[in-house]
Order: sequence, then C-alpha cells, then structure tokens
Amino acid sequence: GQIISPVMELKMFLLVLGLLVGTGSPDMGSSQGKCSESLVQGPQTQENRTHTTHSKKPFPVLSFGYDYVRLPFEISLWVLLASLMKLGFHLMPRLSSIVPESCLLIVVGLLVGGLIKLVGEAPPVLESNIFFLYLLPPIILDAGYFLPIRQFTENLGTILMFAVVGTLWNAFFVGGLLYGVCQLEGHRLVTVDLLSCLLFGSIISAVDPVAVLAVFEEIHINELLHILVFGESLLNDAVTVVLYHLFEEFSSVGTITVTDVLLGIVCFLVVSLGGIVVGAIYGILAAFTSRFTSHTRVIEPLFVFLYSYMAYLSAEVFHLSGIMALIACGAVMRPYVEANISHKSHTTIKYFLKMWSSVSDTLIFIFLGVSTVAGPHEWNWIFVVATLIFCLVARVLGVVGLTFVINKFRIVKLTSKDQFIIAYGGLRGAIAFSLVYLLNTDHFPKRNMFLTAIITVIFFTVFVQGMTIRPLVDLLAVKKKQETKRSINEEIHTQFLDHLLTGIEDICGHYGHHHWKDKLNRFNKKYVKKCLIAGERSKEPQLIAFYHKMEMKQAIELVESGGGSKLPSAMPSTVSMQNIQPKKPPQDRALPQLSKAREEEIRKILRTNLQRTRQRLRSYNRHTLIADPYEDGWNEILIKRKKMKELEKKISQMNNYLTVPAPPPDSPTIARARLASDPQAWGLKSATESIPSIKVDLASPQSPESVNIVDEIGMKGSQPKVSEEGGGLTMKVPSPTKPRKDQTTDEDNDKEPQQRLMRCLSDPGPAAEEEDEDEPFLH
Amino acid sequence: MGSFQSLPDDHQYRTLSLKTGFSLEQIAILHNRFKQLSQNEETLRRDDLKTIQDLESNPIRYQIIEAFFDRRNFQKDGVGSVEEIGFEEFLTVMSYFRAPAHHITEEQREEIRRAKLRFLFNMHDTDNDGTITLEEYRHVVEELLSRSGALGRETAKGIADAAMLEVASISVGPMAPDEFYEGITFEHFLKILKGIEIETRMHIRFLNMDTAVFCKQHSV
Repeated sequence: GQIISPVMELKMFLLVLGLLVGTGSPDMGSSQGKCSESLVQGPQTQENRTHTTHSKKPFPVLSFGYDYVRLPFEISLWVLLASLMKLGFHLMPRLSSIVPESCLLIVVGLLVGGLIKLVGEAPPVLESNIFFLYLLPPIILDAGYFLPIRQFTENLGTILMFAVVGTLWNAFFVGGLLYGVCQLEGHRLVTVDLLSCLLFGSIISAVDPVAVLAVFEEIHINELLHILVFGESLLNDAVTVVLYHLFEEFSSVGTITVTDVLLGIVCFLVVSLGGIVVGAIYGILAAFTSRFTSHTRVIEPLFVFLYSYMAYLSAEVFHLSGIMALIACGAVMRPYVEANISHKSHTTIKYFLKMWSSVSDTLIFIFLGVSTVAGPHEWNWIFVVATLIFCLVARVLGVVGLTFVINKFRIVKLTSKDQFIIAYGGLRGAIAFSLVYLLNTDHFPKRNMFLTAIITVIFFTVFVQGMTIRPLVDLLAVKKKQETKRSINEEIHTQFLDHLLTGIEDICGHYGHHHWKDKLNRFNKKYVKKCLIAGERSKEPQLIAFYHKMEMKQAIELVESGGGSKLPSAMPSTVSMQNIQPKKPPQDRALPQLSKAREEEIRKILRTNLQRTRQRLRSYNRHTLIADPYEDGWNEILIKRKKMKELEKKISQMNNYLTVPAPPPDSPTIARARLASDPQAWGLKSATESIPSIKVDLASPQSPESVNIVDEIGMKGSQPKVSEEGGGLTMKVPSPTKPRKDQTTDEDNDKEPQQRLMRCLSDPGPAAEEEDEDEPFLH
Repeated sequence: MGSFQSLPDDHQYRTLSLKTGFSLEQIAILHNRFKQLSQNEETLRRDDLKTIQDLESNPIRYQIIEAFFDRRNFQKDGVGSVEEIGFEEFLTVMSYFRAPAHHITEEQREEIRRAKLRFLFNMHDTDNDGTITLEEYRHVVEELLSRSGALGRETAKGIADAAMLEVASISVGPMAPDEFYEGITFEHFLKILKGIEIETRMHIRFLNMDTAVFCKQHSV
C-alpha cells in the first residue's frame, strides 16, 4: 500500500500550486521587495542622508532585486504552472478519462484568471505574437516531422478538398448568414458591414490543429480519419491567411471588386505554394547539413529545430503560410536526416519536440482560459447564438456535400460514420482567437463582440464536442487505431506490390500514379539521396533500412528486458532457424551478413575497446562528447543479442534458474514511446548497464593476450566466410575466450563464455568479480 | 481460350465483360494495347512483353511477365505455363487488378481478397507445390533487392530468413527443435498479410472514356 494516498497527494499539490500562484503575482512580489529592502536598509538611510559619502554603510547581506529577473521568472513560473497542471490531471485517472485535457486546462486558466482578477491585477492576455511566434511552431513542427507521409499523400486529394473548398464554404456561409442576421436584427448590429462579417466568418471557419490534436490524440481513432481531419486543419491555414488579409485590407475601403477576388485566388496559390517551397528549401538545407554532423553529434537536434524555425519565420516575413512551410520542412528533411543522425539524436529530437509541443499546448489552453476572464467582452445574445448555430450547420453541410463529391473519386469510400466524425471533429481553437485579437479596433468597432462570439464557439467545440466525442466514437464503433507492429512480411509485400502495380501499369500502357511514384522514388534514389545522405547509407534500399531498424528495435528490447531472461515477442525463440531448415548446420543464426565496411567498423571498434581501460569515460563536457563508439554500434548490439539468445537457449535446455530478477515491466515512458507516432524510435539506455557484463582490464599483465585476440580477430576477419553455397550465415564472432587457434566451430567457442556467464549469474558476489578479471569479454 | 477475331466483336466483348468485370470501353482500350504489344498478332509472347521500355527498371519484371503466362491465373485448376496467350487470358490476368465495387457483401470482399492473394501466392510459388519454401522466398527478396548491388544480395538472405521465421512463429507457434516448417501454405499466407488491405491496395485505374460514370456501373 502507499503511504500517501492519492487524495493527500492532491491536497499537497494544490497547496503548492496556490503558493506558486500567490508568489507569481507580480505586484505582490515587488511590494514585498520594497518592504524587505527598506527593512534591511532602513536604519542606515538616515545616516546616509546626513553624512557624507565617507560613511560606511553596512554590507547588505541579503537584498532583493526582483525586477532584474522579472521576465524570465514569470515565464518560467507560467510554464511550471502549466506542467504541474498536466501532472495533476494524470494523478486523477478517472477525471482524465472523462474530460479531455484541453477542457481541464481551460478551466484551470479560468480559475487562475479569476484569482488574478480577485487580487486586483489585470490578468495577462494571450498576446498574438507570443502565440504565433513561440507557442504555435513547436506544435506544428511536432506534427509535421512525424506526419505519416504515406497516408497523407494517399489521401491528399480528399484533404485538399476539405481544407480549401470546405473552409471557403464555411467562411462564406457563416459570414453571409451572419450579415443577414445583423441586418435583420436592427438597432445594435446593423453597423456590422458585410466585409466584417465575412472576415469574422473566415476566421472562425478554420479547423484548429492544436485543438484537433489535443482531442484526437486521446481517442486513438483510426489513421484514415485522423489524417483527414488533422491534414485539413493544417492545410486550411493558407486559406485562412489569404481570406484574413483580403478582408482586412479591404475593410477600410469597404468594397471588393472582381479584380480583388482574382488577385485573392492568385494570392492563395502564392501563399500556399510559396510556403511549401520555402519549407522544402530549408528542409533540404537541413538534410544537407546533417550529412556532415558525424563528428558533432551533440548539436544535431539543434539543426533540425533551427532550420524548421527559420523556415517558419521566413515564411511569415512574406506573409506566406508559416504552418505549411513548417510542415513541408519537417516532412522533406525527415527521411534524410534520420538516415544521417545518430540514434541518440533521433531520440532527442523526438522527445524535445514532444516536450515542447506538450508545454505549448498546455500554455495555450491555460491562456485561453485566462484571456477569457480578462475580456474585454461584449455579449450579444443574437450574434453569439447565431454564430454558433451557423458554424455547426455549415460544418455538417460542408462535410456531407464534399464527401458526396469526393466519394466518386475514392476507392475506399467514406461512410456516413466517417463523415460524422469528420464533421464532429472540426474543432476551433486558439488560432481563431489570436487572429481576432489582432484586429484593429478602429476598423472593426465590434471587435469585442467578435471576441466574445469566438470564445463561445471555442468553448463549445472544445468542451461539448471534445468531451462527447470519445463516448460517441465508442458508441458508433468507429474503427480504432491498430497498435500492431509492422512485420517484415508486410514490408516485403508492400514493396512487392508497389513494383507489381507499377509493372502492370506499364504493361497497360498508361501512366498512373504508381508510375509517377516509382519515377519519383528512382529519382530520389539516384540523385537526391546521394547528395543528402552521408556515406554508405545513401545506397541502402528501403527494405534493408527497415530490416535494420527492426533488428535494432529487437536488440534494444532484448537489452532493456534485462537480457537473458525472456526474449520479447517479436522474434520469439519458439521457432528458430533449425525449424525452417534442418539440413543446415544448427549454428546458423538469422543475422544479416555484414558488408566489408561494417566488418571493418566492427573490427575497429573491437580493437579500440580492447585497448581502453576499464573505466569508460562517462562524463562529457558541454563542448564535446567523447566519441562514443556505441553511437552507430547496432552491430555490437547484435553481437550481444546473439550471445543472449544462445545463453537463453542453453539455460532453458539445462534447466538452471538464474538469480537474475524478472525483467521490469515496460516503464510508462517506454510504453508510450512505443505507441507514439513514430513507433520505430527507441530510447536507448546505456546498453551495457543491463547486460551481465564481464569487463576486463587489459592495460594490465594480460596484454599478450590482448595482442592475441587482436590477431585472432584480424585472422578471422580476413578469412573468407566458410559457409556452404546456400548457407546464409553470417557473422562469425571472434572468440572471447582464451584464444584457441584450433577452434573452428562457433558452438564450442560460445559454450565457454556462457558457462562462465552462468556461473557468474548464479552466484553474484565478489568471487564473480575476480573471475571477471580473467576474461576478456567483448564490449 | 476461344479464338478471337481481329474485328472487335461486340458479342465477344460482352462475354469477356461478363467474365472479367471490365466495361466494354475498358476492354476496347486494353484490346488496342494488346494488339500494340503483340504487333497485331493474335497471341502475345514473353518477348513482346520484354520489349516494354518502362519495365526494364522494374526489379521484379520477370515474375510479372511470368504471371501472365501462368495457367494457374487463367482458371482455378490450371497447371504449368504456356508460351503464348490470347487476349482473353491477358484480360483475365488484368482483372485481378480491378478495384472492388463499393457495395459488396463481406463474402464477396473476402472472395476478392483470396483471389488477389492467390495471384500473389502464385507469383512466389514458382514450382507450384502449394507452398512457398525458404528458397523461393529468398529468391523473391533477392529479386526485390536486385538493384542494390552487393549490399542487397548479402542482406537478402537474412531478411528472407527473418521473414520466414516470422511466418512460422505466427502460423504454427512454438516448435520443437526437431520439427520442420515446410513452407508457407496459402492459408498461412492469408494470415500474415491480413494487415494489408489487399482488396483496396492491389488495383490500378483502368482507362475509361468517362471514369466517374463507368466506375459505378460495375457491381460484381
């Protein structure tokens, strides 16, 4: 049982929160400062005034200077508050399963805003440039970098239809009808002219990616629907930007001519394509840069972040669609960057992006709540209710109408269930709010009313739709996301199908989209990959890359599961090679044969390792990371894995039980990492920690042995692979035991270290340590 | 394998349309292509297909060409391969790549799935013994990686082995060290490819005069 019950935890947490909020209030802080300052120096000031500067005032032991750190302090405090809130929600599991996080955060924002107002302060409002420049990019980059390209491009037509045509429809429908309502209403609203209404309509009609992500991530809906709604929310940014600028520019003039409309269309093309081009350029630059980072692994993630952010800012300079630039940058650079960077950098990028987007997302919702309290508001029943109703109706009509048209061109048609979810998932969020906030009150006297209306719509969509979408998804039995791992058979056949379909198209004689995709792939392979990917990996075909990733994943799984006890499920030890091919000698292992270059790498690594001292350098300074030989060392992981496999087999055969504790269940971070959007990345803990490792100190009287081993490695490595014609084997690991030059089979070689390993495992203690000294074990 | 007159015969087209499910326009277009490939002869040979330029860069072109001459794809119990095919066989093979119609029942969908997967299976199972052995699978992977030079060939064996292990462990489960897994049978093949929605992925768009209208006219 736990010492502290969850309720107590909650109370303590709330107390801490209260204190934080209290100290966060700036005026209180500074007033305290003044008091204490005067307190410390009070008695002295008198003396100072009457005496000359020769008199000595006592050295201030403790002084207070809040203004110096004010800005970063407040920012940090808000971020801390946001993170603690997030933490808090997950301590209350029942609540977080009913109410989506975004709702809770808005409520917290409301409370905090209320609190600040009570104190007498003006609550901070979500400033638009803070939002657009600092809070929005991480979320979009996170989405863009991990965008599932295959599904996105397969459904691109549908997504574009929804994003462009759907948003236009929404904007004009809502704007036009609102104008009608305003005219009909009479006295107060009649001043709102058509352009203002249209502007308002265009702002409010855009589906918000932040809100969609926040809600959809929790309901685990199937990938098709997810990519449709999410893709729409990303691509409609261009439409929103154009409409916003168009109506804003001309609101002062008051009329729009046909030329303006045509220019608007041109502008739309420029904005969207321009954004994509800018993003793609920066993406290629980033990929190219990552080609040369093999010696400076530490700053690899920085390049990814910086180039993407620059893409966003550059696009914003020209009023192009920054969101599309960011998406294009992330999507373009990803395949090349991932081939170049180290595994650790990949993990870093992934976790940093997730962390930043999570913090951003939390802050946005909290600030929405606070801004609601801040106002200024102008409540007009008719306008607000009309807005709400028209938004919903427009969305439903738009989706149904567009699906009717789209289904004529799709193979996998969208069912009415799908349509319902797409319509229901059209959430509005902070982007709309910020855009309204940017409006100039002179041109738009009714800005506050717009603000109120938008906030109402946002609240409605986030609270009502956000909360009810989960039970509705369950009720309608909408297909959920499949958590299955991608198997190698599926990958082989996906590739096979691609080539097959391209071939059939060629035989038919017409150039369908398989043909062009194939051409693009070949172009990519021939020219682009050579430029942007360093070294040998540029020639690595996709199937092999996939296979290596899978191997690495399994090896890491094995290592993290405690090594030696139970193998993970992906490649169960229930079936081994001998089940498939009894003719082959039983020591064949299903490991890929290594190319010469990799062999050389392994040899080099082994050599460097055997010459190092026992203490591996663990620390690094800020400027360099001592070249970690395990960076690209998936091959060593394979060696270890092979050892572990054999060990496990031997153990199960000999019925010894180990005193090794059962492997710890996957920690939540690892489980989440596995289920996260990129299932192929893994956090690689220092691999050596969990393996029962037998270290050796070779800078010691055993050097003659080390020489022998190096020789043996050299000898073995240069031998041609002794394998029969069909024999697929693979790696002959140099023997770690005392060199026995007459050994030719792997079997005997491997028995020795395993027996010693086993002995070590079954009696841990100082004795084991001593034994370790004798054995040169490969690290 | 009926004889085929050189003039497009409406009646012939109709029978073909009923058999394969293509529309009359699609059949006409494919017939033109057939004539173009066979240089206006009645039958098509392997060499005719090999002349197609775009196929040169396809790593699995030989298997694709073979599939057209494989009797198993013409009718249910065919055996062996032929040297030349007529238009009917050409069309039959092409019909494997039609998209399923929108409103079909679950059984029909499953049937289409099986047919398409059977086609793939036949492509892999070259010796027609009903199973894909390790050698045959290795050959498949090697062909796929045949454009990657030495790097590909070395790893192909490893990949094929790993894939075979996966099939064995999914289909059969734990096996004693002395048991032997013969090869992938059709049922196992169905099982491992359950994740890929073959019926929707394995299709190409066939040219029509008017795509929107004619796609809807074909409910199987």
